[in-house]
Amino acid sequence: MFRFIIRRLVITVPLVLVVISLTWGLIRLAPGNFYSSEKALPPAIEKNIREKYGLDKPWYVQYGRMIGNVLRGDFGLSLRYQGQSVNQILAQTLPVSATLGLLAYGLALVVGVAAGTLAAVKQNSRLDYISMALAMLGISVPNFVLGPILVLIFSLNLYWLPPSRWGGFPSWNLVLPVLTLSAVYMAYIARLTRAGMLEVLRSDYIRTARAKGLSERAVIFRHAMRGGLLPVVSFTGPALAFLISGTVVVERIFALPGLGNYFINASLNRDEPLIIGIVAFTSILIMLLNLAVDIAYGLIDPRIRY
Amino acid sequence: MDGILLSIRDLRTYFYTEDGIVKAVDGVSFDLRRGETLGIVGESGSGKSVANLSIMRLIPEPPGRIVSGEIIFDGEDLLALTPREMRRIRGKRISMVFQDPMTSLNPFMRISRQLMELTQLHLGHTKRQAYAHAIEMLERVGIPDARMRVDSYPHAFSGGMRQRVMIAMALACEPELLIADEPTTALDVTIQAQILELIKRLKRETGMSVILITHDLGVVAGMADRIIVMYAGKIFEIAPTAKLFATPANPYTKGLLRSVPDPARDAGRELYQIPGLPPDVARLPPGCPFAPRCALAQERCRREFPPFVQIAPDHHSLCHFATEVYAESVREKEAKGASDLNPL
Repeated sequence: MFRFIIRRLVITVPLVLVVISLTWGLIRLAPGNFYSSEKALPPAIEKNIREKYGLDKPWYVQYGRMIGNVLRGDFGLSLRYQGQSVNQILAQTLPVSATLGLLAYGLALVVGVAAGTLAAVKQNSRLDYISMALAMLGISVPNFVLGPILVLIFSLNLYWLPPSRWGGFPSWNLVLPVLTLSAVYMAYIARLTRAGMLEVLRSDYIRTARAKGLSERAVIFRHAMRGGLLPVVSFTGPALAFLISGTVVVERIFALPGLGNYFINASLNRDEPLIIGIVAFTSILIMLLNLAVDIAYGLIDPRIRY
Repeated sequence: MDGILLSIRDLRTYFYTEDGIVKAVDGVSFDLRRGETLGIVGESGSGKSVANLSIMRLIPEPPGRIVSGEIIFDGEDLLALTPREMRRIRGKRISMVFQDPMTSLNPFMRISRQLMELTQLHLGHTKRQAYAHAIEMLERVGIPDARMRVDSYPHAFSGGMRQRVMIAMALACEPELLIADEPTTALDVTIQAQILELIKRLKRETGMSVILITHDLGVVAGMADRIIVMYAGKIFEIAPTAKLFATPANPYTKGLLRSVPDPARDAGRELYQIPGLPPDVARLPPGCPFAPRCALAQERCRREFPPFVQIAPDHHSLCHFATEVYAESVREKEAKGASDLNPL
């Protein structure tokens, strides 16, 4: 187990470098620069800028310098947010995105697992149909539609909740973005749970558990849950990584200063160090969470050994 | 105490499917005495497993439903009990061993816990008592190093060992009735004999009754006091084991007996098989369900449902020609007996 974890961590390093290199290449392939605007700059000024940021050097020198910075854990200064380092921006925006993401995922997990389990236990009942119809709706309605609708109802009509902006944690400002963000995940987890539980509930060992005279509650919670939730566990890693590392659309809709919002701005501004920084952070997070999922798998299912 | 532990009267368990009503068990009646071993034999789909899951009230509803009948266990109709009352019988007074030990144990739970939850639930054991009892049960079913292996997960056990664990679980609360549903079908032949021997020994030690469900006549031959032959959800023949083997009174039973390979008789010959396939129990003809495959079938067999003929007080057969088939079996037996006496 220990060796497995070490091996996976070691592999993470080259993988992240590959992701960063591809990102860097794509930025370079796209036309335009961070300093270009509608009006062309005088050649002398452009030359100065290019010299200042080392853009006059051959590509492999620039690439080498970028990789060197990344390996030292220093992504440099943002090109757009003057005087701020990428690390500072990450440190400011991550708490916003992480709060939002963790709350949304927690909510999705609780509601999704409960709804999915109930639907599976009462398969083909009205409860099952209603929750699965809602889940279908949750998956189909994109969050850029759901968000404004929620704002319309709860902020602009009922005046119950603030429509946007960051208010720290905890605050009422969080309610609508968290709801909007978790809807899809909630729906997806509900469906995963239902499918997993249905399969397990049909299995022989559940029949054995019933033949023992156990109550239906013991059968479901003690015997069925573990196997039934395995699909949800494997979904958790990537889902959580995406949620924490910033959810572009929701942060935009609710004007939240999170990673996703900055990522979009950075891309539009060609703010290369910031893009690289966020991409590196996100990819490391995804890999770590996937590793965590594999470890969790080993803990849940005793047949798996690393 | 009249010696009857379980009495089933006119049990009907149907499954309501899109293809129509599947009458998996249709009018089954039998008695089981205390300490008796009853074998139930039949092809897959004959209703033998459904009949026994009905006793435990473990039929998945929907699509299944016990439509009518009585299951009198020790003077109580199990079908009239509340789910809660039924749970106090399951695993405690009636327990089951299932066919596939590879899938019948919970792969996510330690063996110890799977055993302990039974006695904690039914016998009110504390954790410590239940743990000691679990080890004792594993030793009793012949698991070596029980103390060391009790905390393993099922995947660390072989098929035969898992079936021993299943038996240990079934017997943990000293039930009065053990229902073994094809307990050896998924196991190697050498392991099969060991498991059957184990069931036999434990039955001797505890005096429980056993219902042994199998499609293998060889398995019941050495185990059962009486045998029920089922076909298409109905009892086709019921007789003490020796009588059923020596003088069967039903063409289907005869077919089953002939299909058991006998090297002495069949060397170099093609194996006998009953022609045709088991019927679709959702679409049974009005007459005898075996008629389409029966060599003796007459016009009457296809038209009229056969009577349940009494050959002897303990021997019944569902056939229009039961007495004729029986008479022929007796003749064959005598002829065979005579030839066995002949030194040449």
